Amino acid sequence: MTRLLDVAGLAKSFGGVAALADVHFRVPAGVVYAVIGPNGAGKTTLFNILCGFYRPDEGAIHFGGEPLVGLAPHAVAAHGISRTFQNLQVFFNMTVLENVMVGCHLRSRTGLVTAALRLPPVLREERQVREWAREALAFCGLDHLDERPTSALPYGVLKRVEVARALASRPRLLLMDEPAAGLNDTETVEMRGLIRRICDSGVGVLLVEHNMELVMQVSDRVLVLEYGSVLAEGTPAQIQSDRRVIDAYLGGKIQYAVD
Amino acid sequence: MSRSVQALQGGVALWRGGARPGLLGLLLLAAVVVALPLLFPKNYFVTVVGVSVGFHVILAVSLNLLIGYAGQISLGHAAFFGLGAYSSAILTTRYDWNPWLAMLAGLAAVFLIASLISRPILRLRGHYLAMATLGFGIIVHIVMVQAVTFTGGPDGVSGIPGLALLGWSVRTDLHWYWVVAGVMLAVVWLSLNIVDSRTGRALRAVHGSEFAAEMMGIDTTRTKAQVFVLSALISALAGSLFAHQQGFVSPDSFSFFVSIELVTMVVLGGMASTYGAIFGAAALILLRAGLVVFHDYEMVILGAILMAIMIFLPQGLFVGLARGLRLALTRRREPAAASGDEVA
Amino acid sequence: MLDQLPQFLITGVTVGSIYALVGLGFAIIYNASDVVNFAQGEFVMIGAMMAISLLTAGAPFLIALVLAAVCTVAVGLALEKFAVEPARGASVVTLIIITIGASILLRGIALLVWGKNFHAMPHFSGETPLHLGSATLLPQNLWVMGGTAVLVIAVRWFFGRTSVGKALLACSCNPTAAQLMGINVRRMLLLAYGLSALLGAVAGMLVAPITFTSYDAGVMLGLKGFSAAILGGMGNSMGAVAGGLLLGILESLGAGFVSSGYKDAIAFVVILLVLFFKPSGLFGRGSSERV
Repeated sequence: MTRLLDVAGLAKSFGGVAALADVHFRVPAGVVYAVIGPNGAGKTTLFNILCGFYRPDEGAIHFGGEPLVGLAPHAVAAHGISRTFQNLQVFFNMTVLENVMVGCHLRSRTGLVTAALRLPPVLREERQVREWAREALAFCGLDHLDERPTSALPYGVLKRVEVARALASRPRLLLMDEPAAGLNDTETVEMRGLIRRICDSGVGVLLVEHNMELVMQVSDRVLVLEYGSVLAEGTPAQIQSDRRVIDAYLGGKIQYAVD
Repeated sequence: MSRSVQALQGGVALWRGGARPGLLGLLLLAAVVVALPLLFPKNYFVTVVGVSVGFHVILAVSLNLLIGYAGQISLGHAAFFGLGAYSSAILTTRYDWNPWLAMLAGLAAVFLIASLISRPILRLRGHYLAMATLGFGIIVHIVMVQAVTFTGGPDGVSGIPGLALLGWSVRTDLHWYWVVAGVMLAVVWLSLNIVDSRTGRALRAVHGSEFAAEMMGIDTTRTKAQVFVLSALISALAGSLFAHQQGFVSPDSFSFFVSIELVTMVVLGGMASTYGAIFGAAALILLRAGLVVFHDYEMVILGAILMAIMIFLPQGLFVGLARGLRLALTRRREPAAASGDEVA
Repeated sequence: MLDQLPQFLITGVTVGSIYALVGLGFAIIYNASDVVNFAQGEFVMIGAMMAISLLTAGAPFLIALVLAAVCTVAVGLALEKFAVEPARGASVVTLIIITIGASILLRGIALLVWGKNFHAMPHFSGETPLHLGSATLLPQNLWVMGGTAVLVIAVRWFFGRTSVGKALLACSCNPTAAQLMGINVRRMLLLAYGLSALLGAVAGMLVAPITFTSYDAGVMLGLKGFSAAILGGMGNSMGAVAGGLLLGILESLGAGFVSSGYKDAIAFVVILLVLFFKPSGLFGRGSSERV
């Protein structure tokens, strides 16, 4: 199995408080890889470092063999990593389709000058980008929403718009920050299906999530963080029966049905 | 809903977003521009005020790209207008340069200055960005007033030669009307194109959420800098034309108040709308022309209007009116079903 | 030239005191409502102009000053109630335009009432110059410096020791939590604006005898007061005071040793330098955004 993401010795402190300390893990290609842990365990910090929003104090990150540390977020994105956000970062000043079209930014090339002059290649590319955006929306079950302004849509739908937008860039790895947060049971089941579909289509998924049922059902591998360090790593079954994890996080004997 | 209402709504939507169908709006605008001097020949109001509206539309539309679409505040944009004007003025009067070369030199200088300050300035946000641009604008203005040997001080530079294009010299008010109108239509066209393109979406993405924009591969700093420099260049171009049209330049035309006026035009019309900016510019110039009658009451009325619009119609007058119109039309059709807040 | 240093310092501290008071007013409003009040300078102008009018009309000295201060406070309260309050939650640009509109409106009214002329106010305690070494002071300079010192100490005491002041601080930090504690946030906002207006008015009256005042005297003052607040660190009221004094001294030294024509530019160069290199100012704390 090829290694998609390789994280070694990652450490990050904020004003003396260590958010992450010596974090190692490897994400193989083509799997759903979950990161769980109590609040304050460092999950979001980890995500932000992976994306390039923070710089780690120590450690290395390799994506498909390329080093990522020190790159700005847009450069990280250019390597094939995309992301959805814990607190919705939908572009509320644009329609659904336009949101997803922004996702195609890296796949298109029109610059300021050519756009201003609206030369024929620009028109052709616009049509292409629209197509790609519609495909991404259809993949997420949102193709009927096209020109709808995002300001009027419910939360659950907007979460999927974010996913469509992230997918539109054809990433190799999709980081999902609490995709089930704020969703009701039905929506969570839909999200589970979507995550599985994404993985099956060849895009790796790295997700941070608190909904244990979802995590155990959809993930291929799970990483448990506690106080910024790796507590355990393994398949969902292994994690569920790991004594340390149960004591720290899962709290007692709870069995989650693994599909 | 009846066909006519739908058509009207479509027309309103057309105007609101400045979207691709906005080409129709551009044609309409061109038609109005051409019709005015034909309908009212030898009319001072049309040519002189029209030219003033034209200049301000150019400035407002370019500033709208920065404020409305990219979401960056600039309270010092009159500085770029002034830098273009003064470059043309000084180079043509003191060093006898060809006006077109002087214009190019002015654009080059503004390109350099805007590029240099764009990076540090655009790292700031909100009030800090506003104050930094304000500071820049005021510093430029102070230099205009103080560097007397260079800029002529408070009296400015006069005796600026006219423009000549391929043998045809721009001399009368009407000539200037056509020149400025032409440039204005070109700038509006460029703006509409940019908005509805990859770049425009990137700009709006930066405004919507810088984090998400970055994760979509958009270099937010570079994007903001690009639109900042572009809008500075357009303002400088307008400035050069202004210098030749007026025949003289003085610091008064490029003060902090002018910068505020420009921002007001953008906001008044409704940000993120090219036509809104056009509307705002026209409205403000016409309002001021009208208020001149009130002499001393001008300031009071202006201040009151500004406050009232921003408090009650923060989405801008143009957008607010468009929305209100739409609401009124649909309410008449379905009075029982009408709800308070309709989705745009 | 260096023997002129004491003179420049005296001018600097005098002007700086005014900047300090304006900056303090800015900081109080910004802390309480996240609004950059572009009409701050107008409070200074109104206080001075009102005092002059009342004095010219024959009112006794102290009454004129107090009445002028009360009127300015009323203007400040009106600003909060009718301009800022209705626009709660509006975007930064919107709020900026609103206060700029307010500034224009107030200036327009001032223009109507007092015309374009310059007005002068009689000195508080005579005009006999005092000599301090190689420098000359007017008694009014001492009034300005002393008055500012008293006000700053009073404000510090107010925020540090009175329950009302602490309630206002609480609102600035976290309005929701403050409300849950039973603090009437709206009343606190009014208080903030009123207090700011008061500071501005007193500043105006203190300095009016030295510098002439006119309907648009507030514009530059407001902007420089803002520069002082940024220099000190937005959100730090005492920082704004320090920033104001520092700015005044820098301006005076710049005018004296370099060029008096460009002295106004100093305040704005300071703004740019601070914002480019240390946006949190000399004493401010930085903040971060959670993704």
